[in-house]
Amino acid sequence: MDFSFTDDQRQLRDALRGYLERENSFSARTASARSASGWSESLWRGLADDLGILGVGVAETAGGAGGNAIDMMVASEELGANLLVEPFLETSVIGAAALGAAGGREAELAAIVSGDMRCAFAWAEAESRFDPAAPATAATRTAAGWRLDGRKAVVTAAPYATHLLVTARDGDEPALFLVGADAAGLSLRGYPMIDGRRAADAVFDAVSLPEAALLLRGEEATERLCDIATAMLGAEALGVMRVMLDDTISFTKERRQFGQPIAGFQVLQHRMVDMYMQLELATSAVYRAVLSLDAAPAERARAVSAMKVTVAGACRFVGQNAIQLHGGMGMTDEVRVSHYFRRATVIESEFGSADWHRRRFAALSRAA
Amino acid sequence: MEIAWSADEIAFRDEVRAFLAEKLTDELRASGAHMTSVYADPGHARAWQAILHEKGWVAPAWPVEHGGTGWSLAQRYIWQRERIAAGAPPVSPMGVQMCGPAIIGHGSDAQKAFFLPRMLSGEHFWCQGYSETGSGSDLASLKCRAEDDGDHLVVTGQKLWSTHAHAANWGFFLVRTATLDRPQQGITFLLIDMASPGVTVVPTVSPAGENIQNEIFLDAVRVPKSNVVGAIGDGWTVAKYLLEFERGGAAYAPGLQIDLDEIEQFAGEVRGDDGGRLIDDAAFADAIAQARIDVLALEVFEFRAMSDASAGRYPHAIPSLMKIRGTELQQRITELRLLAAGRYGMAYQPQAGVSAGPVHFPHADGGFVGPREAAIAPMRYVSERAASIYAGTNEIQRNIIAKIMGL
Repeated sequence: MDFSFTDDQRQLRDALRGYLERENSFSARTASARSASGWSESLWRGLADDLGILGVGVAETAGGAGGNAIDMMVASEELGANLLVEPFLETSVIGAAALGAAGGREAELAAIVSGDMRCAFAWAEAESRFDPAAPATAATRTAAGWRLDGRKAVVTAAPYATHLLVTARDGDEPALFLVGADAAGLSLRGYPMIDGRRAADAVFDAVSLPEAALLLRGEEATERLCDIATAMLGAEALGVMRVMLDDTISFTKERRQFGQPIAGFQVLQHRMVDMYMQLELATSAVYRAVLSLDAAPAERARAVSAMKVTVAGACRFVGQNAIQLHGGMGMTDEVRVSHYFRRATVIESEFGSADWHRRRFAALSRAA
Repeated sequence: MEIAWSADEIAFRDEVRAFLAEKLTDELRASGAHMTSVYADPGHARAWQAILHEKGWVAPAWPVEHGGTGWSLAQRYIWQRERIAAGAPPVSPMGVQMCGPAIIGHGSDAQKAFFLPRMLSGEHFWCQGYSETGSGSDLASLKCRAEDDGDHLVVTGQKLWSTHAHAANWGFFLVRTATLDRPQQGITFLLIDMASPGVTVVPTVSPAGENIQNEIFLDAVRVPKSNVVGAIGDGWTVAKYLLEFERGGAAYAPGLQIDLDEIEQFAGEVRGDDGGRLIDDAAFADAIAQARIDVLALEVFEFRAMSDASAGRYPHAIPSLMKIRGTELQQRITELRLLAAGRYGMAYQPQAGVSAGPVHFPHADGGFVGPREAAIAPMRYVSERAASIYAGTNEIQRNIIAKIMGL
C-alpha cells in the first residue's frame, strides 16, 4: 500500500500551480468568465502549448503524455484550486476517455492534445433527472450512418465547444456519439451557470452523422465514462475545498472583533476543524474512487458513488461554513471564496446528487 | 391552553383574504411570489405600500395613534401568513419595522409628526447605516465620527451592508460623538437625508450578482441636531431597542410553510431519482416531512412567544432562539428547493425571478430555460446564506442565549 505521489506527479502539480497563478489569476479568470465568449482561448492554447496538460490522459501513441488516472487526478485538483472555467474536464478527461475507449481515433486525440478540440458532454435531459443510462434522445440508423433526434439540458461548456459528446438510445441500448458543434440540425441556446461557467440547452433535429460518429455503445461503456468524469470532478472539488479552507483560516486569523482575531474563538476553531476533517475524508474517498477506475464495473461504480456522496456532503459543509466564517464579506462577489462556494454548489449535483449516488450505491451493494 | 384560532380570528383571516384577493394585481403577486432573495424590489414594494396605506395597514405593529392597526399579535400573525400565501411583496422593513419604532420609542414630537406619516406613505424610503468594515458582530466598536458644530453634527466615515441605500432617500445611522470607557457609550442615533452633500452610495454585488446591499461613504456631511433620535450619546439604547425589534419582529413559520407548499407542488411536476415523480421519491419525501415537522415545532414556539408577549412577558432568549431556528430552517428549505430543481438549478437565470436590485452578472434579458421554480432555486440558496450572518450572526445569538442561561 502506498499513497505517496511520484516525483513526476509532484512536478506536474507544481508546474501547473505556478503556471495558473501567473497566467490565470483570480481576476483574469473572472474577466474571462464574464467576457462575451465566457472563456479564454489564449489560456486554453497555453495549457496545450506551454504545459502540454490537455493531453495528460491521452496515450503517447496519439501524441499525449500517456498519464494514468492519478496524473489526471493531480491535474484536476489543481485546476479546481484555480477555478478554471475552460473545459478541461469535458475535453481532456471525458473526451479523451471516450475517444481512447473507442479506439482508432488518433487524429481526434491529437486535436485534444493540441488544443484544437474542445468538448462538451451532452448526457442530461430535462426528464432524465440524474440517470445517464436512459436517454430519450434517439439514434436511428440511416444509409449514410446515423440520425439524432432529441433534446439535452444544461450541457456544460457547450457554448465554446467544437464538439459535443452526445448520449442517445439506439433501440434499447445507450450509445455515445461525437457531433460537431456546427452540425446541421443542431441548435444551442446558451446561458451562464451559477459558477460562472457557460452551458446550453441543445436541440438535435434530424442531425445526420457519419458511421464514425458512434464512439461507444452499451450501458457499461456509458457508465464507465460517467464514473471517470465523476471521479475527476471529485478531484477538482478537492482543489475547490482546499482554497475555501485556506482562505477561511487566513481570514479568521486577520479579522478582529471584540479586540481579538476571530480565529481565537473556540466555536469557530471547531468549525474549521470540522471543515478540515471533511476535506480529508473527501480526499480519501476520491483516492479510492480514482484507484478503482480500472476495477470490475460494480466495484468501480460503488467506489465512485461512495465518493460522490462524501464529496457532495463535504462541498456543502465546507462551502457553507467558508461563507459563514467570512461573515458579510462572504456574501460579496468581491471575495474569491464566494466564487468557490458557487462552484462547490454546482459540483454537488453535477453527474448526480448525493441522494442519487446513495441510491446507486445501495442498489450495487444489494446486488453484490 | 388552546391551540386553535378563535371564531373572531377566522373572521379576520377571511377579511384579510378578501382584501388581498381584491387588491393584489397579477404583477404585484408575481413580484412577491418570484423573489430571488428575502428582499422585494423597491418599486413593487412601494406600489404595494401605497395600496396598504390607503387601507391603513402599512404598520400593524405601531400604536394606533401613529397609524397602527390596533391588531392583536394573533391578528398580525394571520396577516403575515395570508400576505405571504397570496404572494404580496413585503413592505421594506427599514422604515416601518426598524426606524419607525426607534422614533416612536425615543423620538421628539416634531420627529414623530414629520417622519412617521412620510414613512407610512412611502414618501420616505429608508436605509440603515450600522455596520462598518471593522465593526460587524462587534457593532459597538463603530468609528464613523460626528463632530459637534453648533446646531449641526458633521459626520465622516463609512458604513456597510446597507440594504437598498441606492434607492433610499433617508437613512438612520449610528455615529460616534464621543470616545468613552465603554464602547457602547458615546454613540448617537442620527437620521440623515441621503441627498445631503458628502453622501456617496457604492453598490455591493452579492454572490448572486445582485446589488441589494451598499457601502455608504460620508464625507463631512452636515446634519441638523434636530435629527438626533433620543439624546446625543444615547444611541446604543435606541439601537438595542431597534435590534430587538428586528430580531423579534418576524415570525418565520408562516413563510416557511408556504415555501414547503411551493416545493411540494413543484416536486409533483418533475421527475425524481427513481423514475417516478419527485414527490413520490422516498428520500425527498422524508426530507420534506422532516422540514414540515421542524416548522410545526417552530410554529408553536412562535405561538407561545406571541401568547407570552400578549400577557406582557418577554423571555429574553426568545428572539435569539427564534432567529437561529428560523434562519436555519429557512436555509435548509432553500437546499430542498435546489434539490428539487435538479440540473436546471445550476443555471444562472435571475431574469426568471424578481431581483431586489440591479443584476451585475451576465444573463439573458427575456426568457429562460427549464421551469421558473428551478431558475429561482439557486438564487434563493445562495442569497439566503446571508440569513445566518445578518442581524447578529447565529454564533453571536448562541453566545447571547448562553449568557441568558447563566453559563
